[in-house]
Amino acid sequence: MGKALGLLLWIITAAAVWMFAVKKWWFPESITEHGSLVDAQFMRTLFVVAAAFVLAQVALGFVVFRFGGGKQGAATYSHGSNKLEVTWTLITAAVFVTLGVLGQQVWASLHFHDAPAGSLTIEVTAQQFAWNFRYAGADGVLGKTDPKLMNDSTGNPLGRDSKDPAGDDDIVASTITVPANRPVKLILKSKDVIHSFFVPNLRFKQDLVPGMSINVHFTPMKPGHYELACAELCGAGHYKMKSYMDVLPEDDFEKWLKDKGTGK
Amino acid sequence: MAEHEAAVHAHHPPTGFIRKYIFSVDHKIIGIQYYFLAIFSVIVGMTMSVLMRLQLGWPGQQFGFLKWIFPNAAADGTISPELYLSLVTMHGTIMVFFVLTTAPQGGFGNYFLPIQIGAADMAFPVLNMLSFWTTFLALVAMIGAIFVETGVVGPIGGWTGYAPLSALGEASGQKGQTEGVVLWIISIALFCIASLLGALNFITTMLNMRTKGMSLTRLPLSCWGWFTTAVLALLSFPVLLAGGVLLLLDHVAGTSFFIPANLYVNDKLITEHGGGSPIMWQHLFWFFGHPEVYIAILPGMGATSHILATFARKPIFGYRAMVYAIFAIGLLGFFVWGHHMFISGMDPRTGMMFSLITLTIGVPSAIKTFNWLGTLWGARIRFTTAMLFSIGFVSLFVSGGVTGMFLGQTSLDLQLHDTYFVVGHFHMIMGVAAIFGMFAGTYYWFPKMFGKMMAEGVGKLHFWLTFIGVNAIFIPMHIMGIVGAPRRYAFHWNEVTGEGFEYLKGIVPVTKFVSYAAFFTAAVQILFFINLAWSLYKGKKAAVNPWEATSLEWTIPSPPPHDNFGGHEPTVYHGPYEYSVPGAKTDFVMQTDPTGAKAGG
Repeated sequence: MGKALGLLLWIITAAAVWMFAVKKWWFPESITEHGSLVDAQFMRTLFVVAAAFVLAQVALGFVVFRFGGGKQGAATYSHGSNKLEVTWTLITAAVFVTLGVLGQQVWASLHFHDAPAGSLTIEVTAQQFAWNFRYAGADGVLGKTDPKLMNDSTGNPLGRDSKDPAGDDDIVASTITVPANRPVKLILKSKDVIHSFFVPNLRFKQDLVPGMSINVHFTPMKPGHYELACAELCGAGHYKMKSYMDVLPEDDFEKWLKDKGTGK
Repeated sequence: MAEHEAAVHAHHPPTGFIRKYIFSVDHKIIGIQYYFLAIFSVIVGMTMSVLMRLQLGWPGQQFGFLKWIFPNAAADGTISPELYLSLVTMHGTIMVFFVLTTAPQGGFGNYFLPIQIGAADMAFPVLNMLSFWTTFLALVAMIGAIFVETGVVGPIGGWTGYAPLSALGEASGQKGQTEGVVLWIISIALFCIASLLGALNFITTMLNMRTKGMSLTRLPLSCWGWFTTAVLALLSFPVLLAGGVLLLLDHVAGTSFFIPANLYVNDKLITEHGGGSPIMWQHLFWFFGHPEVYIAILPGMGATSHILATFARKPIFGYRAMVYAIFAIGLLGFFVWGHHMFISGMDPRTGMMFSLITLTIGVPSAIKTFNWLGTLWGARIRFTTAMLFSIGFVSLFVSGGVTGMFLGQTSLDLQLHDTYFVVGHFHMIMGVAAIFGMFAGTYYWFPKMFGKMMAEGVGKLHFWLTFIGVNAIFIPMHIMGIVGAPRRYAFHWNEVTGEGFEYLKGIVPVTKFVSYAAFFTAAVQILFFINLAWSLYKGKKAAVNPWEATSLEWTIPSPPPHDNFGGHEPTVYHGPYEYSVPGAKTDFVMQTDPTGAKAGG
C-alpha cells in the first residue's frame, strides 16, 4: 500500500508540473511594460514554489514508499531535533520574505506614483453591465456630470450637464481605445455596485467602487484588439459585462480621436 | 485546581429521549449532532457544486432533470445566470459555515476535547447545547433562503456578499437580493453567535478542566488545533456579527453603512441612502474571513498530526514546534485580511504590509510540513483509512499552500485576483484539505463515537478515488486562472452560441475535464455515505483501543459512558505520542500508564 501511495503522489506531482511546464494554457500575451515584470515575478515565484512543491511531495511519497508496511523492527524513537527546526525555519523565512519583497516592486511602480506627464486621461464609468469610456476632447477638460441627470433610457448614462460647455466635445464610447507607447491614466468610477476593470493582456486589474474615484495608470505597448472583462461579481449579467480595448499606433489614435470628435 | 472541578461536573445521565438525544447537554451527543448537521449540509453543498459544474461544462444546455429539481427556477431545463450565481453563493456559504466550521470543531472538537483532556464534559454544558441549537436555527434560516425567492436558490452576491450589491435589496434589480439576502444575513448572524458561545466553552474547558497530570505539553495536538481555532473564532466572529447587523440595517432600516450617495442603479437614482463605504464591508468581512480559513483548517491539522503519529508508530516530530506553528498561523492570520483586497481600492501602500505578512505565514506552514515528514521518517506506517486520509491531507496542504505564495503578492494579484487560480487555491486548502482532515477524523474516531468499526476496504477505495478526484478537479483550475478566467462567471465560452470571451476559448476542454472530475468525485462520496450508514448498523464491534493509540479517549469504552470516565479521574503520566519507546512492552505507552517509566514527556 505504501509503495502504491508513494507512486500516486509522484504521479500527481509529475502531472501538476507537466501542466505548468507545457504552457499549453498560459497567460495571454503581455502588452505593457509592467506586464513583463509581472510575468518575470510570476516565473521567479513559480520556480521557488515548484521547488518547494516537488521537494515536499516527492519526500512525502518517499517516506510512505520507504517506511510503509512489511518493515520489521521498531520505528525510530525520536521527539525531533531543535537544530533541524531552526534550520528549516530560517531557510523558509529567508526565501519567502525575499520573494515577498521582490513582489512589491511592480506594485510600487504602478501605484506609488501619479501618472507620468503627457498621459492620456480617460474616465471609466462602469454600470450593470456595461462600460462607459469618456475622453476630454480637444479642450482637455471633462465636462461636468451630475448623478441627478443620469438617465440610461434617454441616452445620458453619465449624467452630463449640458450647461457646461467643457462637455460639448467630450467623447463617450462603450469600448476603450488608447494609443500605443503613451501612458494612459484611468479615472475609475462606478454608478451602481462594485465592478472590476480587467484586461488580461495588460496584466492589470482594479476595482471600480461606487462613491470613489480611483486613479490608475499603465502604458500599453503593442497595438491590437483586446478583450476587457469585469472581474468583480456585479449581478446576473456579470459574465457578459464585456468590452474591448483597442490599442492603436499613435497616429491612428489621433485620427480616431479626431473622427470621433467631429462625428458627433 | 483543574482536576477537582472535573469531578464536580460529572452529572447523571438523563433518562427521557428528548433530554438524552435532542436537547442533550452531553458534549458527545452534541458533537454527534454537529457532525450530522455537517453531513446534511455537505450533501446540499456538494449537490450545488455538481449543478454548477454542469452549467460551466455545458453552458445553457437543457437537462430534463433540472426541470424536476427546479420547477420554477429552471422551468426550461437550463440554469440561468441568476440561478447559477445563487448556487455559487449558497454552495460557498453552506460549505464554509455549516461544513468546514461545523464538523471539525463543533463535531470532533466537542466530542473529543473533553475526553482527551480527561474531563467529564465541557465547562458549560448548557451553553454547549445552546451553541448547537443556535447553529441549527442558523441552518434553518439558510435553507429557508433557498426557497423564498423564485428563479434563484438564494442571494446572487457570492459568499462574500459584497456591498452595495448585497445591501440594496429590491433597488438592485437583481433576483435573490430581497428576502433571500435578509435570511442569508440572519443565518450568518445566528451562526456567529453560536460560534462565539462555542469558542468560550472550548477555551474555558481546555484551560480549566484538564485532569491530573495533563500539563499543556502533554495535550494531544488535536487539542491545540481546537483551542487555537476557538481563540480565532472568539476574536473574529464578533466582527462578522457586527458587519452582518450593519448590513441588515442597511437592508431593512434605511441606514447607509455600506451604501454611498447618488447610486444610479437599474435606471433609478437612489436618494434614500448616502455616506456609506462599500470597502468598509470588505474590511469587516475579511477581518473575519481570513481567520475563518484557519478556523476551517487548524482542527484538521491537529487531527492529522494526531493520526499520523498514531499510525506512524512514532512520537510526533517537534511537538513544541508544532504547537508554536499553530499559534503563529493563528496570530498572523489576523494581520493578513487585506490580501483579499489588494485591488479593492484600499490604499495600495497598506497592500505591501499585508503582502509581506501573508508570505511569512508560509514559514509556520512549512514548519508543520517538515515536522509531518519528520514524523513519518523512520516510521512503521500502518495504512489504515484514517492514515491514508491524513497523508492525503499533508499532500493537499502542500499543494494548496504553495499557491498562496503567488496570491499573497500584490503584483501577481493584478492578474490572478478573482480568477480560477484563487478558486483552485482555496478549494485545495480550506476545501479539500480540511475535508480530508474530517474524513481522517471520521475513520479514526468513528469506532469510539459509535462503538462500531467502519469498513476499511470500502474506506480505502473511497480514499484512492477521492484523492485522485480532488487533484483532478483543483489543479487544472490554477491553469484556467493563469489564462485569465474570471470566477463567478455563468460561463466563459459557449461553444454552441459563440458567446463569451475569445481568449477563454482554449480552456473549454479543461473546463469540461474539471466538470467530469467533479462528477466522478461527487459520485465516489456515495461510498462514504454508504459506509457511514452501513457501519452504524452492521459495523464490527469496536474494542476499547482498536488502533493501539495512547491518548485518553482510547482508555474508555466505545462508545464512552455518559460521564466519560465512569466517575473517576484519569491520571496522566506521559505525553500523547509515546510510540515505539525502547524497552517498553508494547509499541505504545498509554498516557495513563504509570509504568513505562522510560517514556519522556
